[in-house]
Amino acid sequence: MKVLLTLYGDETIKGVDSPQDIARTMQAWGEFGEAARAAGVLLVCDALEASHTATTVRVDGGTRHVTDGPFIETKEQLGGVILLEVRDLDEALEWAARTPWNFDGCSTEIRPVMDYDAYAARAGIAWEEPAAS
Amino acid sequence: MGGASRLLSDPVTAGAVDRLFRDHFGRAVAALIRTVGDWDLAEECVQDALATALERWPRDGVPRDPGAWLVAVARNRAIDRLRRDRVLRVVIPQLAAEISAEDRDDNAAPDEPVSTSVPDERLRLIFACCHPALAPEAQVALTLRLLGGLSTAEVAHAFLVPEATMAQRLTRAKAKIRAARIPFRVPPDDALPARLEAALDVICLVFNEGYAASAGDAHVRRTLCAEAIRLAAVIAELMPDEPEVLGLQALLLAHDARREARVDATGALVLLEDQDRGRWDAAAIHRATRLAARALRLGPPGRYVLQAAIAVEHANARTAADTRWDRIAGFYARLAALAPDPVVELNRAVAIAMAGDVPAALARIDALAGALEHYHYFHAARADLLRRLGADEAAADAYMRAITLVGNAAERALLERRLAEIAGARDAARSPT
Repeated sequence: MKVLLTLYGDETIKGVDSPQDIARTMQAWGEFGEAARAAGVLLVCDALEASHTATTVRVDGGTRHVTDGPFIETKEQLGGVILLEVRDLDEALEWAARTPWNFDGCSTEIRPVMDYDAYAARAGIAWEEPAAS
Repeated sequence: MGGASRLLSDPVTAGAVDRLFRDHFGRAVAALIRTVGDWDLAEECVQDALATALERWPRDGVPRDPGAWLVAVARNRAIDRLRRDRVLRVVIPQLAAEISAEDRDDNAAPDEPVSTSVPDERLRLIFACCHPALAPEAQVALTLRLLGGLSTAEVAHAFLVPEATMAQRLTRAKAKIRAARIPFRVPPDDALPARLEAALDVICLVFNEGYAASAGDAHVRRTLCAEAIRLAAVIAELMPDEPEVLGLQALLLAHDARREARVDATGALVLLEDQDRGRWDAAAIHRATRLAARALRLGPPGRYVLQAAIAVEHANARTAADTRWDRIAGFYARLAALAPDPVVELNRAVAIAMAGDVPAALARIDALAGALEHYHYFHAARADLLRRLGADEAAADAYMRAITLVGNAAERALLERRLAEIAGARDAARSPT
């Protein structure tokens, strides 16, 4: 199964600004990525630029409104995404625990990626995965 | 077994089938989940197997291995469903692949002797139902429904929610298990202690729900306590060397042994010290004592073993005055050392007071004021100690504070009696000697 890990946290936390801190953080993520890739579970692992760089498009009354900023203005912002191929939730939890996203105030949400075959079957509709081009 | 019509109308036999079924439900569901890989299908097929059992067992007799019989019937039913249902074949590819590979003999009647070596998969079921990724109320509901075999209506009744609400709660929990792939297995050793503790907490919650004198009817409450004790026994049977499991089993047995003496004829709560110890269940206390002793020997005691040790100390005191409070205070001290907890400290202080040192106990209790200001038992315990020290005025204030905070009617009545006793004593102008 595929699972998406979305990493949330307080962007305003200081203390990871020095070049040494940044180097240490990047090395830790590099080690995580290497381990996950070696285990054959890693599909995507990326960090996002800060939420003030976000642009949100909302549709309201048939009109598209483009605005500056993230979808929700909140202290805890989305900071990164990891896509894994795992056996079950426990394996996803194990990998979530191994990310460097583990200091106080960090949250990692784990969501299963939808199984289209099962979804379509339960809905009673015929569906076939488009052939990869 | 005699004639069919006589047995079918015989309520004892129907009850026996029902009991057998409840005993085997969790095992059958666990075995089916393992085989078919789908919780809904497993549950439905075991339910269908019950219907077949209710029809056949009173007529043909109970199979030698009822559990294996139920699993075999339920499995055949699952395979039939899968053959007919295209959707199921898509959503449960695991079993679909299996049956297409296997040539099942359709005439293999489930009445035929089947393998008696159905592996016991209940541990997997327990850990899946009590997975921390499920909401606590969903964990409890799933455990009671799938391991305990309680109907959705019974579970709903026990938690005072409409049946539709409980049905939805169960459906959502199973949908999460399926979509998020909560694994159907015993956690690996490094994760086991925490996950086992979570499972034991669920069982303890079920028991507390049944033991609380505050809500629901007496029959449902008794069912919950019995079910919690049965589930604890199941885990103890499957993990016989886990001290915390034995501790939980001992704890629940020791508390349940006092059930009859806890409430008087009018429904009022009777304090431990005032209970008629002749009404305690001596056999249950004996079992609890042996379990707790064995758990204590197995290694450094955890939360449940220490609580069991305390409960067993109380249960074995011939009179309230014979209670070995010093030992109880010692167990509370070890509990407090495991994890700081003001409620444990409060109980420890009470034990210290009962062991004789009331001033020291009161000092300990006063130190907890910040943490327990809104806890009625804090004020009630403090009031009791103040009363014992002759500080009636302060005791009355503390009782009044406790009365404004207490939620349970029986406990409120008790506190009001205590307050009236002080007032009565002061009215009679009896000076403390």
